Amino acid sequence: MELILSAAIGVLTASGVYLLLRPRTYQVIIGLSLLSYAVNLFIFGMGRLRVNAPPILEPGGVGDLSRYTDPVPQALVLTAIVIGFAMTALFLVVLLASRGFTGTDHVDGREQRSD
Amino acid sequence: MLSVFILAPFAGSLIAIFFPPDQRGATAWFAGAIALLCFLVAACLYPFVTSGGVLRYELAWIPELGLNFTLRMDGFAWLFTVLVTAIGVLVVLYARYYMAAEDPVPRFFSLFLAFMGSMLGVVLSGNLILLAVFWELTSIVSFLLIGYWHHNAHARDGARMALTMTGMGGLCMLVGLLIMGRIVGSYDLDVVLASGDMIREHPLYLATLVLILLGALTKSAQFPFHFWLPHAMAAPTPVSAYLHSATMVKAGVFLLVRFWPVMAGTEAWFWIVGLAGLTTLLLGAYFAIFQQDLKGLLAYSTISHLGLITVLLSLGSPLAAVAAVFHIVNHATFKASLFMAAGIIDHETGTRDMRKLGGLIRYMPGTAMLAMVASAAMAGVPLLNGFISKEMFFAEAIETHQANLLDTITPYVATLAGMFAVTYSLRFIHSVFFGKTPSDMPKTPHEPPRWMRAPIEFLVLACLVVGIIPAITIGPFLHTAVVSVLGASTPQYSLSVWHGWNLPLIMSFVALLGGIGLYFLMRNYLATSTEGPPVFRLLHGQRIFERVLVTLSWKWARWLEQRLGTRRLQPQMRFLVFVAILAGALPLLLNHYQLPALVVRGIDPAFALLWAIGIACAVGAAYQAKFHRLAALVLLGGAGLVTCITFVWLSAPDLAVTQLLVEIVTTVLILLGLRWLPKRIEDTQESELLSLRVRLRRLRDFVLAIVAGGGVALIAYTVMTRPMPETIASYFLERAYKEGGGTNVVNVILVDFRGFDTLGEIAVLAIVALTVFALLLRFRPQADSLEAPEQQQVQNAFDDDHPDRAKGDSVAEYLFVPSVIMRWMFPVSGMLAAYFFLRGHDLPGGGFAAGIAMSIGFILQYMSGGTRWVEERLRIHPLRWMSIGILVAAATGIGSWLFGYPFLTSHAQYVTLPIIGKIPLASAIFFDLGVFSLVVGATVLILIALAHQSIRAPRAHARALRAAKEAK
Repeated sequence: MELILSAAIGVLTASGVYLLLRPRTYQVIIGLSLLSYAVNLFIFGMGRLRVNAPPILEPGGVGDLSRYTDPVPQALVLTAIVIGFAMTALFLVVLLASRGFTGTDHVDGREQRSD
Repeated sequence: MLSVFILAPFAGSLIAIFFPPDQRGATAWFAGAIALLCFLVAACLYPFVTSGGVLRYELAWIPELGLNFTLRMDGFAWLFTVLVTAIGVLVVLYARYYMAAEDPVPRFFSLFLAFMGSMLGVVLSGNLILLAVFWELTSIVSFLLIGYWHHNAHARDGARMALTMTGMGGLCMLVGLLIMGRIVGSYDLDVVLASGDMIREHPLYLATLVLILLGALTKSAQFPFHFWLPHAMAAPTPVSAYLHSATMVKAGVFLLVRFWPVMAGTEAWFWIVGLAGLTTLLLGAYFAIFQQDLKGLLAYSTISHLGLITVLLSLGSPLAAVAAVFHIVNHATFKASLFMAAGIIDHETGTRDMRKLGGLIRYMPGTAMLAMVASAAMAGVPLLNGFISKEMFFAEAIETHQANLLDTITPYVATLAGMFAVTYSLRFIHSVFFGKTPSDMPKTPHEPPRWMRAPIEFLVLACLVVGIIPAITIGPFLHTAVVSVLGASTPQYSLSVWHGWNLPLIMSFVALLGGIGLYFLMRNYLATSTEGPPVFRLLHGQRIFERVLVTLSWKWARWLEQRLGTRRLQPQMRFLVFVAILAGALPLLLNHYQLPALVVRGIDPAFALLWAIGIACAVGAAYQAKFHRLAALVLLGGAGLVTCITFVWLSAPDLAVTQLLVEIVTTVLILLGLRWLPKRIEDTQESELLSLRVRLRRLRDFVLAIVAGGGVALIAYTVMTRPMPETIASYFLERAYKEGGGTNVVNVILVDFRGFDTLGEIAVLAIVALTVFALLLRFRPQADSLEAPEQQQVQNAFDDDHPDRAKGDSVAEYLFVPSVIMRWMFPVSGMLAAYFFLRGHDLPGGGFAAGIAMSIGFILQYMSGGTRWVEERLRIHPLRWMSIGILVAAATGIGSWLFGYPFLTSHAQYVTLPIIGKIPLASAIFFDLGVFSLVVGATVLILIALAHQSIRAPRAHARALRAAKEAK
């Protein structure tokens, strides 16, 4: 389980970073989205991987880590997902506005040597 | 009681700004009343500070950092408080007549009061950090006051220079004070003052001393930082009279006196303070002689007198400290009155240039008399207050304190500077009030209004009274102040006019006669010379200052930018990734990181298959993002779905729900964006001709990406295979139900335990939505994406070809079935949102998920019916949703105040509703309602704003086409 998930995080990160370094704004947006999956999974993984132990208590119950998974990374990732969406939206609009403004979708707002 | 000194001026400052601009009198009365109030309170407090008493007022601010709002009044602070408030009252009275009707008077008095408050804060601070805060406030407010006539370039430059110098000094002083606090172990002034030996013997003493002195010497305009003061004369004269007599520049010497008991007496102190003071004393007096501007003369004289005080403090003898405190008071009285007199002359004649003035005694004999007495005090003529403190200075200068060259030359320099002082004082009087009246004076002068002269009369009277009977008038107050500084080491001193024939008296006479002689020798030269002393006038302090500033903030910055900077994003990103990799790898390498054992057993084939798909999607998205955007988007969604399933698998149902919904919204969003990104056609020839450079660059990025990915995977694997340490998770798990009243721990954390964070996050979401909205308001798409999309064109062409079809029929038919389904989905998605919302506290769901589900319901309508169709039937007001959301969330937080709990404390219980049954109802549910409402508003706002472009842009396009046609 851990092996697969860390490999997955690695590939997501690598694809994200590679796209981040590319010259087209759309590539950067896709890269950032991939990177945010990787980061979310990474943070989530810090609470260790557990199957069938969601942090949903019995009514009136007191939870402990032997029966439930760590809820803190989940709470962090939950807001990260929503903020990630906001970030994607903002970048997308900046992309469109910058393209309308400069006439190119290069990240620098002007064409460089072909890449 | 002490807090009055801070509260009254600052509150008054806030009120004064709201006075109507034409109410000059009322504003002045108000400001005067505040200053008078402070003065009276200070006067009443006198009995508490005599014989070493200290008044304290303490308010916890950040006690963990040793930072308290401590006010502390001892005898010395009392003396300064009286000086600041009393001269404040007089300056307000004077300014009432000085300021012209067209000046924005409320701003003046508001700033004036703020300055008084800051200065009182400096004087009364009982905590080092608080002292630094008020110190900076005086710098900032003085900047605003000096630049009061901001339409005047000189005023702006002068203000900027004063701020740069005193601000830089203040920064150094803050560091010095921090070190001092660290040495002593407390920022409390009382503790600091009691630990003199500890400070002087500490290895960091020299650093502390230099830093604090930088603050004090820049503020008090000591050489080589003196040049800002003459330029600050561009301020209105009341400001100069206040800042350069009793307050601003005195803050520096105030600090020197304040820390005199703990820092003085060492060789370093003697050399630094003494050298700065002596140079300033002499140069200031010398420069003052050659000024043609009345206020310039007074400015340099102020610099020189501050130098005198600094020299006294450098000597390290208690008797010299007494003289210093005494001279601070004396200088404030005569210099304030002289500034006011200069202001009157300027006001009545229209010029301050001594070459253009003369014979004014015939027009304004009263003012002339006052100015004469005041400048006699400045020159140190017997029977005036300046004489007594100057005698004390001479007496101290003769004494041997440290056997070295500086100490030996002090009496000679002192006599010479005294001589210069006589010369410039005489010049001030003689060239303005005597001689023949020039014919080209801008205005015919006459006496100023009665009450404009009153402050000068009062101050001059004080000079006289103190000068004749010092022991009865100033004696007790001075003693109180001195005892509070020197404590047990207070020396015996006598304040009297006549000490018999002794060396200081002879020095005084030498200075007096020499000064008169010097003036008559130079009179003719001065009457026509240009501004500034010979030779030195070529050395403009201002020009040097500006050159330094330009070098620092422009040339060097440009050089650095050219060497290190790039306007290209990619190298910056590359650098960032590189540094991030280093930052991640270094600690591991340094701490002898060991690879964990690779466990291949226990792999679930289904999970492996799942991620095989996920990995393929991610790599595919990366590969396709340049030329096949839609494919990349689809693949991105695939990776997202795999992530989502992973969350379900690994016990995170809340995350899965949210991820799934966000995935949908993101896809819709990017699809809307793709409308404005025309296809990029892959040029096969070009790709074959890719240069080696490009290939190499791609390879380098690829390696970077692999290293980054590999590193992250390694760290993730290492952490995940280790046992879990003790974390705060147990805390939340134990208390989620007991105290949060919900069984879904993740939701309870979000809306209850970490509710404040969530409040911040939804605020971020709201800000992003508004930013998107604002950016799109002025959105101009690129010309090549203005045409209708290819598919739409084909459909429209088909509709046009068939006479029985109207435009838009095809698309309506294509979407007929989906649109019916989507329309019917609206109530379902609303229901789903309500369901998520209500169960959120106990089961997976919650405000975030519900909000996104609801907004998907809305956006589906847009997709099925088109923007126009929806908006004819349904008005969504996303801004209202958002504002209601944030208000509800904040109000829930504030609501707990009503019950006496901290912000965002929640209360939980179950209520039984008809039909639905028992549901949990924590007050946190209202908070979650706010989250829900805001998320709906923000998401819908973003999506709709983007969707609207497709109806807005064609209109704009059509207009542009029409305009182009008409132009032809």
